[in-house]
Amino acid sequence: MMNYFFTEEQQMIIDTAKEFAVKHIKPVREKYDEEGHFPTEEVKKMGEAGLCGLYIPEEYGGMGKGIMGLCLAVEEMSKVCSAIALSMAATALGTFPILLFSSDAQKKKYLPDIASGKNLAAFGLTEANAGSDALGMQTTAVKDGDYYILNGTKQWITNGGEAQVYSVIAVTDRARGSRGLTAFIIEKGTPGFSFGKKENKMGIRASATRELVFQDCRIHKDQVIAKEGMGAIVAVNTLYNSRPGVAAQALGIAAGAFEEALAYSRQRKQFGQPISSFQAVQHMLADMATEVEAARALLYATAKTIDAAGDAKAFAKESAMSKLYCSDTAMKVTVNAVQILGGYGYMKEYPVEKMMRDAKITQIYEGTNQIQRNEIALGLIKENASKK
Amino acid sequence: MNIVVCIKQVPGTTKVAINPATNTLIREGVESIVNPFDMYAVEEAVRLKEKFGGKVTAIIMGPPQADQALKTTIALGVDEGVLLSDRAFAGSDTLATSYTLAQGIKKLGGADIILTGKQAMDGDTAQVGPGIANWLDIPFVAWVKKVENVDLTTKKIKVERMMDDGYEVVESSLPVLLSVVKEINEPRIESLRGKMKAKTFKPVVWSAKDIECDPDFIGLHGSPTLVNRVFVPVRSGKKEIIEGATVEEKAEKIANKLREAKLIN
Repeated sequence: MMNYFFTEEQQMIIDTAKEFAVKHIKPVREKYDEEGHFPTEEVKKMGEAGLCGLYIPEEYGGMGKGIMGLCLAVEEMSKVCSAIALSMAATALGTFPILLFSSDAQKKKYLPDIASGKNLAAFGLTEANAGSDALGMQTTAVKDGDYYILNGTKQWITNGGEAQVYSVIAVTDRARGSRGLTAFIIEKGTPGFSFGKKENKMGIRASATRELVFQDCRIHKDQVIAKEGMGAIVAVNTLYNSRPGVAAQALGIAAGAFEEALAYSRQRKQFGQPISSFQAVQHMLADMATEVEAARALLYATAKTIDAAGDAKAFAKESAMSKLYCSDTAMKVTVNAVQILGGYGYMKEYPVEKMMRDAKITQIYEGTNQIQRNEIALGLIKENASKK
Repeated sequence: MNIVVCIKQVPGTTKVAINPATNTLIREGVESIVNPFDMYAVEEAVRLKEKFGGKVTAIIMGPPQADQALKTTIALGVDEGVLLSDRAFAGSDTLATSYTLAQGIKKLGGADIILTGKQAMDGDTAQVGPGIANWLDIPFVAWVKKVENVDLTTKKIKVERMMDDGYEVVESSLPVLLSVVKEINEPRIESLRGKMKAKTFKPVVWSAKDIECDPDFIGLHGSPTLVNRVFVPVRSGKKEIIEGATVEEKAEKIANKLREAKLIN
């Protein structure tokens, strides 16, 4: 076993998340996947176990264990079910705008209930015609005295309808381009704010994905994050911080699928011997294990680097690398895990087909892997240019 | 509300050896855990605190390393832990143990509710709980499977008590000692915050003198019990195995028996 020199507290996070996953997630994952059931009960228990506020500072009710703490818990829970772990990981995505840019008053108002698991959060950036081109969004926020009036629809929002707190980006001044976007904190139940139907997805089916619909939704200016025009900066910095969380989710899926494949290969007998004795299978397992370990090393290094700096802004490239590599690894490893389990792998009685379906989204959301490569290349060019 | 939960450290295995000379358990070299039945008492204590407010104190009698058992309870939400530890306590039977724990609870200033597991997994006597209640001269309710209500103004508690054939609803005055069965709750996992608190936890340690024990009532000297023989008791409940060649035949036999007993028509 590789030694990552975890602190005693990091080891406690791993142990707690593992125990939680085995006790509370494993028994329901198949059912929730099949029925598309949101894990409301499990999230409550996750909060009680102390796993919801790892990345939130102690002064706001969290544990102050940084991105690394968040990643360790997400990885461990995703080994068992990434969709249920996502309820917390996507909450982190929705919370980062507040954590990074909000006033102390906004932090005091929203963070403690998120840290305790009482409230979930969500991030509203994507629209039907603004995916990778997020700045091409149509949702508008028009100033009206002390209020902004929001109109438009956000699409494919994880935790949509289940979360109480939404960080939403809207256009306040189209003429100013990327400086014409503004971030708002919007609470569920605000008049003019409703949800579209729950999406029927390939994977992460226990996670809820819905549209956020704004129709003349009046939001007080006190709900603006940072200040008007800062929306794009809020959004990109949120993603720099949240991408290691997606990487951790992907890593967990990969590690979980690998463990299933390894155990199965030793128990499944063909031609009178375990299939793990065949070199064809051995080489697959060797590649899977190596890739999982490499993904883990990259992610932990990224998370520790960001935590040490106290900010992800300077590490957009590394953040993108970890998301890219972990999610590509998750896809590859889960496909091979299904292959090793053969016909059984294709059946829903075994968890690897679900892991394969769940893995795909990690290559798509919070920036497709094509966008991650753009980000990495941009970082490389910037770094090289600044040397001159 | 002041809640005290009494716990015991037991061997973490069901394969225990018995010292043939004394007919008592050999505890050396065996990993210790909190008596599993006590874990339900701990969980219930923490739930009562969460619902009604107050404080939960765990108390244990044992050697210095019994503080590990207290640590476990701290990680689960218990506020404070008291370790009654003194060489003079060694060799205590259930009478001396219950006296010692009762003295410890008195020193704590008593409690509104005292909780214990229904029995310990090693000795299986189920005598210490009622023993403590007796020494403290407070009511005792055994095999509690649900706390229905606690009324702190009238100082009354209503509980459901598990019986072989159903349950009884019992109302008692406070303070009370309840022994709980595993049906009462599902113990939570240790929370991260709890684990971190447990890491630095140091119990209050009290000696026989600290809790003003009468030397005649503690340890081997205060233990009148003699263990003559250790054996597995014969089950009193009646059991019958229905045999038959097919499922239908067995079902028919069962149905006939139920008809004979006038349980079905």
